[in-house]
Amino acid sequence: MVKVFMPQSLKEALRIRKEEKAIPFAGGTDLMVKRGRLRGLAPYFEKPVLFLHKVKELTGVKFEEGRVRIGALSTLSEILENRDIPLILKYAIAEIASPAIRNLATIGGNICNASPAGDTLPPLYVMNARVVLSSFTSEREMKIMDFIKGPGSTDLKEEELLKEIIIPVEFFNIVFYRKVGTRKANSLSKVSFAGVARLDDGIIKDIRISFGAVAPTPLRAPEIEEEIIGKNKVKIIAKIPDILEKYARIIRPIDDQRSTARYRKTISLKILEYFLKEEIK
Amino acid sequence: MKIRFVLNHKKVEIDVDPLKRLLDVVREDFDLKGVKERCGEGECGACAVLVNGKLMNSCLIPVAQVDGKEVLTIEGYKNTKKYKIIEEAFLEAGAVQCGFCTPGMVMAIEALLSQNPSPEESDVREALSGNLCRCTGYNMIVDAVLLAALKGKGLW
Repeated sequence: MVKVFMPQSLKEALRIRKEEKAIPFAGGTDLMVKRGRLRGLAPYFEKPVLFLHKVKELTGVKFEEGRVRIGALSTLSEILENRDIPLILKYAIAEIASPAIRNLATIGGNICNASPAGDTLPPLYVMNARVVLSSFTSEREMKIMDFIKGPGSTDLKEEELLKEIIIPVEFFNIVFYRKVGTRKANSLSKVSFAGVARLDDGIIKDIRISFGAVAPTPLRAPEIEEEIIGKNKVKIIAKIPDILEKYARIIRPIDDQRSTARYRKTISLKILEYFLKEEIK
Repeated sequence: MKIRFVLNHKKVEIDVDPLKRLLDVVREDFDLKGVKERCGEGECGACAVLVNGKLMNSCLIPVAQVDGKEVLTIEGYKNTKKYKIIEEAFLEAGAVQCGFCTPGMVMAIEALLSQNPSPEESDVREALSGNLCRCTGYNMIVDAVLLAALKGKGLW
């Protein structure tokens, strides 16, 4: 049986993480399935397990100085119930799994799993979220886009824990999220889409677009967004084929058990087209 | 590792592998067989229990995670007035066929009604979205919840 730790403070948790190279255990909704064995057997862990549920410093949502700080161990339900959370993130979380799983699963877990289909990621990408990574001796902060490196791979070091997620509060008058799955509850995304925009007097002052499950990491292309920003919403209609063409070049999904590359690509471009035509108005 | 928690209103302590699933602990160590296992991966809700009043799948919880918390299973709930209301509503609406999903459904319904005593149909469907039933086609269960909310007015 592996060693199991249940620290009460972040300091203690970080010391254990450093000394034992223990596997961080947040909500556990993915770990318990991935590491599950036959019925009646405890899940298998080859390294010590570091339970985080008693670490108070990792919980709670704080609103301060134009930004929202979300403790990594906040459950999806807690985030959904909090009034300070940006809408685009709430829309995505409302469609993750089921109420029972949202009561257990954490945002930190969803991020650190770094699944290409992780549903909190596209909203966090469009909100320019940052992650705070703590170790026993230091702390660093980085863009979530730089933190996520590939399927199941992040920049988290062996002695670090994801402490919190920081989201700058910005105003968007268009907030659109769409998840495509096989059914409404408990399905993993075939494709997900997060789009936000700020329109002022018919001018697109800001627009941000991110796709999930169409590439090894969530996809966002600031260089294409730049070309849309500053344009009149009516003039943009004529430019839609050109924009779709640009995204078509970088949307590179795969075939897997959930869907096919062809379906994913077609649907993501259709959703993008809908967003540009029907939502930006 | 010694794990202490409150199980169906009683303080319990158990020396157990802290990674053992709560589902297995309640079924094997405490003989509470109303908590069912079907999918074992959080999809079906047959193993649903309340932890500190919140609905959770006990197959996804290592017992260490409920240390210091309150766990309620169908066995701890079945002697309450609220349960009786749900039971009658299930009978009246024909919401039980094989019965395997029923304990998890009932826990999900308690979780809903304790938050929202007069739910709309859409609230009910959302609240039960993590509980699968392969017999009834769900409509009778939804009817039963709406009926229970009506009959149990003031209870929740």
